[in-house]
Amino acid sequence: MSAQMSVPEALNTLSAGLVLISAFAMVATRQVQGVVRFFIIQSLLLAASCFLLGYSQNSFHLYALGAITIVAKVIAIPWVLKRTLARELYERREIDQAFNIPASLLLALFLAIVSVLLVSPIMSITPDPVIRINLPIGLAGVLIGAFSLMARREAVPQLIGILAMENGAFFAGIAIAAELPLIAELTVAFNVILITVIIGLLARNIKETIGTTEAGALTELKEEPVSWR
Amino acid sequence: MRQTIVYNIFQILFVLAFAPLYSGVLSRFKELVQSKRGPSIFQPYRDLWKLFHKDQILSSETTWIFRITPYLVFIMPIFVTILIPVLTDYPLVFAFMGDMLAAGFFLGLAGFFAALAAVDTGNPYGPMGASRTRMVGFLAEPVFMIVFFTVSFVAQSTIPYIVQQKWIASPAAFFSPAHVLLLIAFLMLILAEGGRIPVDNPTGHFELAMIDESKGLEFSGRGAALMKWGGQMKFLVLACIFLNVLLAPWGLAQSRDIVHVLAAVPLILIKILLFAILLVSIESSLAKLRLFRISEFLGAAFITSVTAMIVSIFFAS
Repeated sequence: MSAQMSVPEALNTLSAGLVLISAFAMVATRQVQGVVRFFIIQSLLLAASCFLLGYSQNSFHLYALGAITIVAKVIAIPWVLKRTLARELYERREIDQAFNIPASLLLALFLAIVSVLLVSPIMSITPDPVIRINLPIGLAGVLIGAFSLMARREAVPQLIGILAMENGAFFAGIAIAAELPLIAELTVAFNVILITVIIGLLARNIKETIGTTEAGALTELKEEPVSWR
Repeated sequence: MRQTIVYNIFQILFVLAFAPLYSGVLSRFKELVQSKRGPSIFQPYRDLWKLFHKDQILSSETTWIFRITPYLVFIMPIFVTILIPVLTDYPLVFAFMGDMLAAGFFLGLAGFFAALAAVDTGNPYGPMGASRTRMVGFLAEPVFMIVFFTVSFVAQSTIPYIVQQKWIASPAAFFSPAHVLLLIAFLMLILAEGGRIPVDNPTGHFELAMIDESKGLEFSGRGAALMKWGGQMKFLVLACIFLNVLLAPWGLAQSRDIVHVLAAVPLILIKILLFAILLVSIESSLAKLRLFRISEFLGAAFITSVTAMIVSIFFAS
C-alpha cells in the first residue's frame, strides 16, 4: 500500500477487507437468516465504499450509486425476501450444504488466493491504489458467491449467492469503471430486485407443493400436476 | 537501566493487581446485561483471599506435576508481562529477550502442565476437560502462527514493542485490511484461549460441559488460588497484547518520566474497560457452541488470519 493514500481511500481499503470477510461469513453461516444478515452488512459496506470513493474523487455519480445500493440491497431485497419467504427465513436454522463448513471455508480461501493471483498482472501496471484493492477483492467476491451457489443446497442461500456475485462485480466496478452511465447501474439494481422477487415466489411455490426448498432433496420427479396459484 | 527494571516490576505489579478486578468487572457487566445485580467487582479479590487462607489438600496418588502446576500457571503470565508493553511505549529491560512467539510458548507451557495435572489426579472430569482444552489448543495453534507471521510481514518484526510502533506510525497501515483482519482473528483467538462464551462457558458449573474449568477442579487452598489468579492474569495479558500491541497502541507512557508511567495506569484501565464492554456484548449475544462446532469457529479464525496474510503480502508493495 502506498503511503500517500488519503484518509477516505484508507477507509475504503478497510471496507474492502470487511467485504471479503463478510463474503467468507456468508459461506460459513448455517442459518438462513444469518446469511441474509451478512448480505445486508456486505451491501452496507459496499455503499460505504461508494460514498468514500465519491468523496475522494469528488464524483456525484458514486454518491448516487451508494444511494441506489442502500435502497436496492439493504432495504428492498430483505423486504422482498421477508414478504415471500418469511417462514423459510426464520425457521431454517441448519441448512444443508455439499461440504462441511471448514472445508468450504478452505475452498473459499483458495478462491480468494486465486483471484489475487489472477489480478496480479494488472496490478503491476496500474498505480491507482483503489483499483489495486477493489479489483482482486471484488473478483474474490464473485468467485466466492459462485462457490456458495454451488455448495449450498437451499433456495434462499443460493439466491444470496447470486446476489453476492453481483456485489463482488459491483465492488470491482466502482473502482475500474466509476463513470459508467447511471442508467446502467439503475437497471442492474432493478434487475437484482426482480431476480429476488422471481426466485422468492418460485421458491415459495416449490415450498407449497413439495414441502421443502432444499435443492439437494429434490431428487425425485413428481408425477401429479402441480397446481399453480 | 535501573529505571527500566523498576518500570518492568511496576508492570508486573499492575498485572498482578488488576487481573482479578478485570474478571470481576467482566462478570459484573455480564450479570447487568442479564438484568441481575451480580457480585461486587471486588469479589475475585475476596475469593483469592479466602482460598489463600484455606488448607491445601493433596491426594497421595498425585505426583510432583500436580504440586508444581499452580506455580507454573501463576508465573508464566508474569514472564509474558515482562516481554510486552503493558504501560510503556518504549522497550523495557527484557523486551528483546523474546518475541510474541515466546509469549505464546510461555502460555503454552502453562497450559501443558495444567493439562498434565488434570490427568494426574485420576478424577474422571479432569482428563476429559484436559483433552478438550488440547483440542481447542491445537486448533488455535495454526491461527496463532499465521497471526504472528502476518505481523512480522507487516511490521518486519515480532517484538511487541516494535510492532506497536508500526501501527502508530501510519494511519494507512492502521486501516489496512491486513490489520483489521488480524484484529478479528486475534479476538476470536482470545475468546477461544480464554475459554469465553462461543467456545466455553466460564461461569458454567456442569462438569460434563466444561472445557477450561474442569482442569482446576482438584486444586484446593493455595493451589486453587494460584490457578485462579494465573488464569485471570493470562486473560489480562492477552487483552494487553490485543489492545496495546494490535488494536489501540495509544495511551501508553511515552517518556521515561515516572508521572507519565503512573498516568498511563488509568488510561490503560479505561481501554481495558472498553474492551470488557466489547467482550460482554459478544458473549451476551452468542450461545455456546457445541463441542464439534468449535473447529468451525477456529476454522473461521484461521481463514481470517490467512486472508490477512494474503492481503498483507499482495498489497504491501
